[in-house]
Amino acid sequence: MSMVIAALGFWIAMWALNRRLANGAGANTRFIQLLVPAIFGLTILVVWELLVRGLEVPLVILPAPSQVMAKFFSEIPTLWLDFQQTFLKGALSGYVMGCGAAFLMAVLVDRYDFLKRGLLPVGNFVAALPIVGTAPILVMWFGFDWQSKAAVVVVMVFFPMLVNTVAGLQETTSMQRDLMRTYGAGYWPSLTKLRLPAAMPFIFNGLKISTTLALIGAIVAEFFGSPTMGMGFRISTSVGQLALDMVWAEIVVAALAGSAFYGVVAMAEKRLTFWHPSQRK
Amino acid sequence: MAPTATKTVISAEALDLTFQTPDAPVHALKDVSLNIQQGDFVSFIGPSGCGKTTFLRCIAGLETPTGGKLTVNGMTADEARRARAYGYVFQAAGLYPWRTISGNIKLPLEIMGYSKSDQNERVARVLDLVELSDFGAKFPWQLSGGMQQRASIARALAFDADILLMDEPFGALDEIVRDHLNEQLLALWARTNKTIGFVTHSIPEAVYLSTKIVVMSPRPGRITDVIESPLPKERPLDIRDSPEFIDIAHRVREGLRAGHSND
Amino acid sequence: MSRFAPVLTIVVAIFAFWYAAVPFMNVKETLTSLERAGAVVTPSNAVERRDASHIALVMKNSFAISATYAQDRPRLPAPHQVAQDLWKTVVMKKVTSKRSLVYHGWITLSATLLGFAIGTGAGILLAVGIVHSRAMDMSVMPWAIASQTIPILAIAPMIIVVLNSIGVQGLIPKAIISAYLSFFPVVVGMVKGLRAPDAMQMDLLRTYSASQGQGFWKLRLPASMPYLFASLKIGVAAALVGAIVAELPAGGARGLGGRMLTGSYYGQMVQIWSALVFAAVLAAALVLLIGLVQRRTLKRMGLA
Repeated sequence: MSMVIAALGFWIAMWALNRRLANGAGANTRFIQLLVPAIFGLTILVVWELLVRGLEVPLVILPAPSQVMAKFFSEIPTLWLDFQQTFLKGALSGYVMGCGAAFLMAVLVDRYDFLKRGLLPVGNFVAALPIVGTAPILVMWFGFDWQSKAAVVVVMVFFPMLVNTVAGLQETTSMQRDLMRTYGAGYWPSLTKLRLPAAMPFIFNGLKISTTLALIGAIVAEFFGSPTMGMGFRISTSVGQLALDMVWAEIVVAALAGSAFYGVVAMAEKRLTFWHPSQRK
Repeated sequence: MAPTATKTVISAEALDLTFQTPDAPVHALKDVSLNIQQGDFVSFIGPSGCGKTTFLRCIAGLETPTGGKLTVNGMTADEARRARAYGYVFQAAGLYPWRTISGNIKLPLEIMGYSKSDQNERVARVLDLVELSDFGAKFPWQLSGGMQQRASIARALAFDADILLMDEPFGALDEIVRDHLNEQLLALWARTNKTIGFVTHSIPEAVYLSTKIVVMSPRPGRITDVIESPLPKERPLDIRDSPEFIDIAHRVREGLRAGHSND
Repeated sequence: MSRFAPVLTIVVAIFAFWYAAVPFMNVKETLTSLERAGAVVTPSNAVERRDASHIALVMKNSFAISATYAQDRPRLPAPHQVAQDLWKTVVMKKVTSKRSLVYHGWITLSATLLGFAIGTGAGILLAVGIVHSRAMDMSVMPWAIASQTIPILAIAPMIIVVLNSIGVQGLIPKAIISAYLSFFPVVVGMVKGLRAPDAMQMDLLRTYSASQGQGFWKLRLPASMPYLFASLKIGVAAALVGAIVAELPAGGARGLGGRMLTGSYYGQMVQIWSALVFAAVLAAALVLLIGLVQRRTLKRMGLA
């Protein structure tokens, strides 16, 4: 019981601290802006730990963060294997193929007005559909290994990427297009020198949305069949064995992979679209 | 001035342009005839909707007239556009934010296929012409509005077109910056002997800059008066207080008022 | 007409491609079953057939093409096979039957709607809190944004099993996952929306010395509506995906996700396709419905 009270006390103390920091003088400094969410995250972890211990929650319901971390470090070889299978082979290859294909398609669609008017409504429609549902079909077609996972990822990222890129390619103002006409510039110069650079923020938006979709697709596809490794496989089998510490360790890997993937794309965006108002400092 | 000064570069004969809109056809230009000689500085002035910008866009081949005859350098406007006969300056600077100032000026040169060394040489020359030599490596959004507009003029000057078409280039700038840029533009015109078409709705600006002032009025867009300016080519800013200047300004105002009384 | 012609063309092209792909996808199984029935197929050797390309097999056995459209367990069912199955399972079966897609669809839909309602409600509340409390904003917002980069769906099986082990079954666990998935898009969109009024509009209210509550009801909330609806559309689609995925580990073979899983176990492609099409129609209908409400609301507010 004392641990539950300690958890409550810790929560109140940390929240008071955050309130002071957030409303204090230095609230706009970068340090405080990082510190406050960090304190909040830490508070959640500590409260979680104390509650699990204090209430003696069984492992099969909720492991404490310390147990998850212990599992994480003791199972690093397995986790690394799963990461390779699901992220590097399944998600990443599918991401590259899907986004690449969607990009080329978008350039094509943009060139022909008929395609644009036909494909965009269809693309917008498909982008809202539960595409993970294609996973069982693609697993049957491409087998249990990573190829089927990559295929699911391709299907999942294709339409969001397509819709974003096409929208970006239309982002030029009539003045910018007139300028190109005064130079007598043809299709290719205006594509490479005007429309593609102008589309960059939109393209990156599509790429960023797709990072999460890629990981979801690769993991969920494994629920429909996989070799005896992979993050989705491990999650579903560990759940079956009630080894929840392993499930949580796998979730930690997924969270790290997901945010790192997103972070890398966001960093590339910062470098390439430094000129956009949203990125200027 | 060179003996070619009397050569006609732009000639419009009975130009007509009607836009089809969902409500009713809009008569943007009606029976517009005008000759512009080599080295002229021609201003188009009038209230909104008088067709001054439309006329400039016709000259640039960005709009196609529905009637009449228009030649630029003896070609049709569209041929002239393809032959890159003119540089065009828009209301806003319209610089690409992802390119530096130098990079923006290089844009037309890259499209037109100039060699790398030629590009650099030209960029340096026009940057000097608009007094931006120290800012070539900066990005547009790091510069003031006036500097951005100067850079866009440099961009229009970078390739050797002898016509410069400007559509209210200083309209968005404040009075002080505008005076300064007007002075610079006159100096630049004197040095390069280009033919300039200049759209404005400021009477002092039109009178101060031009050798020829074309007064236009709306519904339908048409020319109501063409005033040849007697002012000397050398024009300090204080010429605007001289009686000749005030005389011309008066005549322009009369022309504008006459156009409106038809409403 | 000119608006629909391109869309129609694309849709027709997709179906044409689909029909064209069927013989190639199904040729191997078709030939095996035809051979068993006594037909002469080339090559007659099963091993050679296994190694041959699909295109070559279709070329050599053009007589079998019509049969590829009528397989019991095709790798790629033809559109009309899916349509027949849908007709059979949606219209011909009683809605209470376990073979009725409407029955399974309702199981998924009810979890989706309940979860969506919970997620949206909680999301809006948190957004209001974030906009009005700086501490909450700085503590929670970075995590809310970061959580969108994490494949949250991965924890769906665990939530189901854990809740199962403490005796919570059926609708609630699935609704929790749906709620969880629709929660974050709503928080992020709603915070953006509540902050949409610009400084001038906020200053105007300050000149009236309006209270914080008045500012919320008269300016922030109306201004947030377009953002709210945009994130509701994302949220409802996510909620449906959540409910479907939540049905995978349940093992009860109930709901659209259950249909997909059993179809995948027994190699019943047609069943998977039917469930997929049904889910797609459901998603489209939900998004459309929100779009309709959005248009009416914004019209009444004079925003559209």
